[in-house]
Amino acid sequence: MSYLALQNVSIQFGGLKAVDGVSFAVEKGQIFTIIGPNGAGKTTLFNLISRLYAASSGKIVFKGEDITQVPAQQIAARGIARTFQNIELFDNASTLQNLLVGRHRHSNTRFFEDLFFLPRVRREEVEHRRAAEEVMEFLRLQRYRDSLIGGLPYGVRKVVEVGRALCVGPELLLLDEPSSGLNVDETDRMADWILEINRRLGITILMVEHDMSLVSRVSDRVVALNYGRIMAEGSAQEVQSHPDVVAAYLGA
Amino acid sequence: MSFRIRTGYEDDLRLFKTRESAIAYGLLLAVLLAAPFLIGSYFLSQIVFVLIYTIVGVGLVLLSGYAGQTSIGHAAFLAIGAYTAANAAKYGVPIYVYLPAAALLTGVVGWLVGLPALRLHGIYLAIATFAFALIVEEILARWERVTNGNEGMMIKPATLVGKPLGESGLYYLCVFCTVVVVLLAVNVIRSPTGRAFVALRDSETAARSMGVDAARYKTFAFALSAGMTGLAGVLYAHKLSFISPEMFTLSLSIEFVMIIIIGGVASIRGAALGAIFMIMVDPLLVLLKDGLPGLIGRISGSPLLQDKASVLLSAPGVKSLIFGLIIIFFIIHEPMGLDGRWIKLKTWLTQFPFYRPATFRRQKMYLKSERGR
Repeated sequence: MSYLALQNVSIQFGGLKAVDGVSFAVEKGQIFTIIGPNGAGKTTLFNLISRLYAASSGKIVFKGEDITQVPAQQIAARGIARTFQNIELFDNASTLQNLLVGRHRHSNTRFFEDLFFLPRVRREEVEHRRAAEEVMEFLRLQRYRDSLIGGLPYGVRKVVEVGRALCVGPELLLLDEPSSGLNVDETDRMADWILEINRRLGITILMVEHDMSLVSRVSDRVVALNYGRIMAEGSAQEVQSHPDVVAAYLGA
Repeated sequence: MSFRIRTGYEDDLRLFKTRESAIAYGLLLAVLLAAPFLIGSYFLSQIVFVLIYTIVGVGLVLLSGYAGQTSIGHAAFLAIGAYTAANAAKYGVPIYVYLPAAALLTGVVGWLVGLPALRLHGIYLAIATFAFALIVEEILARWERVTNGNEGMMIKPATLVGKPLGESGLYYLCVFCTVVVVLLAVNVIRSPTGRAFVALRDSETAARSMGVDAARYKTFAFALSAGMTGLAGVLYAHKLSFISPEMFTLSLSIEFVMIIIIGGVASIRGAALGAIFMIMVDPLLVLLKDGLPGLIGRISGSPLLQDKASVLLSAPGVKSLIFGLIIIFFIIHEPMGLDGRWIKLKTWLTQFPFYRPATFRRQKMYLKSERGR
């Protein structure tokens, strides 16, 4: 049985079928990439998996559990974390605070405990901070620890968002265009981190990406999407040379 | 310049970040405790109003500044607290029972008001809370058996173990409540709950994807804010010793919102500064009304102009006009409020002569995903 399986998933916005009967399976430990032209439905697919959208039909199964009806705020607790294409950080908070929000699923304190800052809250806080600090060390974010996100350069924010997702302690990480808006150096470093997150931390990665050199460098398996349908699936090489994919990108 | 060196994770969790700030707040508390022996009853009662406004301000800072939910109906929460106190006192319930009970009751009402917040944002939410305030105002006027309608209600002076609380007793009660409310607010802010508030404010989509239950935290923010305001309502009722429906109108709600706009939207200290400002504005306006026409007359030498100025300044809408101008001034020139000014002044002093004015310049941001909303 596969780790994450999409079975015939569709979503319709009015008359538009943004995702139309998509099925694929991600195996544990893989780096699985979705490519496709603009408007192909890649981000919509991500929003379906993280349950920000409700699928019109089909099933999404994660580790044997049907998560098609699970509320969005309970997805993190299942071990799925994500980043966003255009960065959805908390702009008026520091890097540390952003990472600490990533730890939200690990806090068990109730409102009244927080109100009085009981010893258990203090203990958990120290634990959260230790975990966040580890992630900061991993991604070399320490120097931005107390800076407000609103004042950080775009490239750093992109990394902070990955850090926040790592703080969730995920088994499956959804990266929505991790290299968009990054320069060549930053893209290169991002690729290193993606590999390291996958190999060293053992996190399965599902990502949407346009940069083909990054895709072929890190991906174990690639799916090409167009008009909400799967055009091709296979290794990066196979998909890239698939006639339909070439046609979709170059227009034939 | 000074740098804070942290040696453990506990360092960021402390109530006071530095020894200096602990000493400063200790001194402030000492001054507040000594005040009844030092100043006259007029100033003492002004401080009581400042403290009451501070409590409301702290409630609003948590709701609007941290959780990002608007409310222009907080006068209604104050009213619920005040009327609960008036009724409880009527039946001889002791104040140490109805003070927390009123806060709790108002908190429950606030939780109910928070339910529409799950579907409404921004201006629509503001209108919903405004509608709630109007409904409460109407109930206060019509439910005569409990509220005595438009005639208003007298509140029995509070007693503590048989002895009347008196003026300084009420003052100390206000100080105590303010300290408690501020501590609770600081606790919320430094705990996961406060971070969840901030997360919901800045990006609800991302917050939900991190596992923050938007419904729970939004309603809790409303409940907490309302509860604090209800507590302030009890003190307000005792301070005025007479309450009637026309005291809890839209203009009072707007005064509350002004507290946080002027003080600084996301700052507890700002709430206190804003409260001081709002209480000081009234005597200043009176001063203006009395002094300005005479001054104009003397400068221009024309008694006609003096009369005109005096008529103009006593017109009924002048106060609202001036309030409006103050709000506009702050939003344009100091969106971080008095607290922002305070921070800038402190930075200027510690970095002198190397202060760079660009330190606090706001950055414009253009990229913000509209997806998944």
